[in-house]
Amino acid sequence: MKSWHEFISMGGYAAFVWPAYGIALVVLAVNALLPGRRQRQLLRELRQRAPRPGQTP
Amino acid sequence: MKLAALVRRDLLLAYRRRGDVATPVIFFVMVTALFPLALSPEPALLRTLAPGVIWVAALLAGLIGQGSLFKSDYEDGTLEQLLLSPVSLELVALLRVLTHWLVTGLPLVILSPLMAMLLFYPASAMGMLIASLLLGTPVLSLLGAVGAALTVGLRRSGLLLPILILPLTVPVLIFGARATALASQGEPVAAPLYLLAAMLVLALTLAPFAIAAGLRVSLES
Amino acid sequence: MFTWFHKLASPPYFYLLAERLVPWFAWASLLIILAGLYGGLWLAPPDYQQGDGFRIIYIHVPSAWMSMFAYAVMAVAAAIGLIWRMKLAHAVSAAAAPLGASFAFLALVTGSLWGKPMWGTYWVWDARLTSELILLFLYVGYIALNQAFEDQRTGDRASAILTLVGSVNLPIIHYSVQWWNTLHQGPTVFVGTGSDIAPGMLVPLLVMIAGFMLYFAAFVMKRIQVEVLRRERNTNWVQELIDKP
Repeated sequence: MKSWHEFISMGGYAAFVWPAYGIALVVLAVNALLPGRRQRQLLRELRQRAPRPGQTP
Repeated sequence: MKLAALVRRDLLLAYRRRGDVATPVIFFVMVTALFPLALSPEPALLRTLAPGVIWVAALLAGLIGQGSLFKSDYEDGTLEQLLLSPVSLELVALLRVLTHWLVTGLPLVILSPLMAMLLFYPASAMGMLIASLLLGTPVLSLLGAVGAALTVGLRRSGLLLPILILPLTVPVLIFGARATALASQGEPVAAPLYLLAAMLVLALTLAPFAIAAGLRVSLES
Repeated sequence: MFTWFHKLASPPYFYLLAERLVPWFAWASLLIILAGLYGGLWLAPPDYQQGDGFRIIYIHVPSAWMSMFAYAVMAVAAAIGLIWRMKLAHAVSAAAAPLGASFAFLALVTGSLWGKPMWGTYWVWDARLTSELILLFLYVGYIALNQAFEDQRTGDRASAILTLVGSVNLPIIHYSVQWWNTLHQGPTVFVGTGSDIAPGMLVPLLVMIAGFMLYFAAFVMKRIQVEVLRRERNTNWVQELIDKP
């Protein structure tokens, strides 16, 4: 089957195929991690503002 | 009868603010005049670019006047009255846009042959230039009015409006410039003109609903 | 059936449902995308014309497809939000927009990276790439309008109207760009997008599209949770949510 080296060189198009996949990985990763982080941030912010039960502000 | 009174009022207001009429026209003239300076005075080049330049300049000139379309009525409460009045807001919006087009769009169309001459646009095709602009500029006004209605509640809506509306004007720009270019080469112009007319009919029928909906949303806030 | 629709429309119900579903969708999409990549990058035979360069198709076509799918989701959500005045629907639109914009951006970047070896230039005014560019502008317009208002409710409703106006215009834009493109330049052949491509190439493509759909489902739900929290921060169900750790 294909050798590892052939796979990496992508038949000479490595300079276009791998950057394309790299950018895709970055875009997909950011869109996957960002919302989760913002959700935690928002919850933390709301917790700080809301007084603890039994604790008067 | 009420509608006639509304139209008369709009025309009167526009007449009283004649200065506003001049801005899009001056903008149109200036932008068109910039291109030969930026590119080259060489007639052959300018002739090929003339359709695109005229249409982009007309598009931008049409848009800058739109920001204030409903602004004054929004601020002094007339818009609320119109909303409560038995007259359908869609019709009022359509009339407002058409009177606004008469005041800003039509002057551009009348002036376009003059600007086309500056760009060595063949005189034989002037008729087609005016025809395509007559069909295209109302669509630009209607689309601009949708943007104006959506952003009337914002303080500086002028900046946001072009960003919202320019992508929507692409088909008009494509077919308008195409019709003008075909005319300059003396080729049959029917196809793009029919498509422009179709877009005008579509905009005339659908845009008022979007404008009215936009105004209702802005008034609710 | 209608009660299900109503239940789903209530923010707390959706928030908790999403909390459970997102991980499943996320991991499933990861597995399927990896399988698709293995099929597309390793197994699929090189194209007779473009050699291995065509393998960019496995992210270009799915992201172009997702950018349009996301806009369709936004248009439906906008209509529901305006007609039934359902706050959650506007949260769905606001959540789908950045994702759709990212997919449109990705489609443009991968399209131009694919264009360089094939046509020698990074940008070709090809009908599909041009429509994609205009779609990206529509996304930017939506996001700008949605965030321009202090009162989020007005922002939601105004941008919902813009989405509906945009969705009426999108087909017109697409065909006018197509018409304009074939006028000035023969239709550039984007190999492999038709169904005539070899099964070995097509199967990984379908797998990748399925993977992207699951990815979209997972992370639009996560974004909807954020948008719901932002809009419902003062409601008591959010207070309860905060109080229990």
